[in-house]
Amino acid sequence: MLEIRDIRKTFHAGTVNEKIALDGVSLTLETGQFVTVIGGNGAGKSTMLNAVAGTLQVDSGSIVLDGVDITHMPEYRRAKYLGRVFQDPMMGTAGDMWIEENLALAARRGKRRGFKWGIQKEEREFFRQQLATLELGLEDRLTVKTRLLSGGQRQALTLLMAALEKPKLLLLDEHTAALDPRTAAKVLALSDRIVAENHLTTMMVTHNMRDAIAHGDRLIMMDGGRIVLDISGEEKKKLTVQDLLQRFGQASGSQEANDKMLLG
Amino acid sequence: MIVSLLNAMPGAVAQGLVWGLMAIGVYLTFRVLDVADLTVDGSLATGGAVCVMLIRGGVNPWLALLCAALCGAVAGFITGELHTRCGIPAILAGILTQLSLYSVNLRIMGGKANQAVGVDKYPLLLSQRFVRTLDLTNPLPLLLLFTAVLVLFLYWLCGTEWGCGFRATGANAHMARAQGIHTGRNTVIGLALSNAIVAMAGGLLAQYQGSADVNMGRGAIVIGLASVIIGESVLGKVVRNYALRLCSVSVGAVIYYIVLQVVLQLGLNTNDLKLLSAIIVALFLAVPYWRAHRAGKKGGPRHA
Repeated sequence: MLEIRDIRKTFHAGTVNEKIALDGVSLTLETGQFVTVIGGNGAGKSTMLNAVAGTLQVDSGSIVLDGVDITHMPEYRRAKYLGRVFQDPMMGTAGDMWIEENLALAARRGKRRGFKWGIQKEEREFFRQQLATLELGLEDRLTVKTRLLSGGQRQALTLLMAALEKPKLLLLDEHTAALDPRTAAKVLALSDRIVAENHLTTMMVTHNMRDAIAHGDRLIMMDGGRIVLDISGEEKKKLTVQDLLQRFGQASGSQEANDKMLLG
Repeated sequence: MIVSLLNAMPGAVAQGLVWGLMAIGVYLTFRVLDVADLTVDGSLATGGAVCVMLIRGGVNPWLALLCAALCGAVAGFITGELHTRCGIPAILAGILTQLSLYSVNLRIMGGKANQAVGVDKYPLLLSQRFVRTLDLTNPLPLLLLFTAVLVLFLYWLCGTEWGCGFRATGANAHMARAQGIHTGRNTVIGLALSNAIVAMAGGLLAQYQGSADVNMGRGAIVIGLASVIIGESVLGKVVRNYALRLCSVSVGAVIYYIVLQVVLQLGLNTNDLKLLSAIIVALFLAVPYWRAHRAGKKGGPRHA
């Protein structure tokens, strides 16, 4: 269970560029829940995700994951609990290392890295099986550098790596935004499958309303560093883009924001 | 002229092998960690100074060499801490350490810019005097042994679980942290290890030439980079194995010193050497960049 309590973050405080990115966000995510996070540019969704991931420190508030307070835990240490897939497909893997080396790195997430050989023989067979489930033919390319893969292949591999050592929380940061629509759809389907198979608690940030509605069992919408909508259960299943726009208009009381969000 | 050139070859190869060890240290930071570490200009001389002063004081040369390496590790550690803990850009952190080492090295050498260690008086591991003799006093077998041991050690280290994390730190620090790798600590360890290797090479170089000089490391980074780049451009396409890639760095250093010997025989003024070295390195770094741009690719040169 993820408990975010009243987190706040202001960038460039005290200057003309002051920007309140998180204005008291609280969110409780039950174990196994899959939440999609939507909002326009600057709504605070990526900042919230980065605060959970540890790439930035919040000014106040707390983040507790399965009873462990990770608010001030360094990024590399809380990585033990988190699986992450990034917007930039280059970011999730070490491009100059082989596919199997990347998988071996991910298999040791949160464990002590000692002076045993970096990839064990029996692991290789396991990696091959896991890669075969992606149906991309990567199982025959274990010693290919990941920089030679396509964006979609890299995101699929990063997803696999994120789930290899089961995380307490999976963070998907607009992970299909840089892909063409067909590849994006495939990667999203794969995300759904990996989440379902491993019963992962998941937070997926997206720009795309349709994706936010079609995936997960809960949807939150952010605006101005706050959560303005929180929809789950049956209501979420019946939700349409039109409903969402209308409810966002009511919640934020502004019409122009709708256009911005549709375009964004 | 051919005869004198051939006579100079064993010396060139020996020098190349010593600098090849140093260049393997540079490879560790420049290629594996993706950091250009300028500490090496200072730590090479530190290694030479520590080694020579200890041998002059009657210490066993092997032990002296070990101490030299440890001092180099401390220098690298300081650069690493300046970079990771104090937020100073890696290049500047290296320059700061390098500059301070100039004073430290003078202190180590008792305030003198140069300290001799003669092979007649002290039991040195190697000396350029025996570079053309045909027995075990010849420095070449020992240098080959050092290279082989170092390459095997680094091959093993980079293949371990820790080593994979270390390589990931340089290849993609974001990804490394997301996989729970302490990138800051790895960077510090890498810099310390690299400078330990460089200082050890400095200790060997000082014994080889029979003296330590406070300026012996000036431009060392350029020679190291030249060796890495020459080795890659000559053997990079052929070798895939990690150990052989490390060996190619040493080969690059040997080629560098052979070419140097040739241009010296052709009448180049020794004073112009550093200018020439810098031009060669600049060209080797620029050509891949130009090529990438002509091919219409976006972005800068690929580093690691």
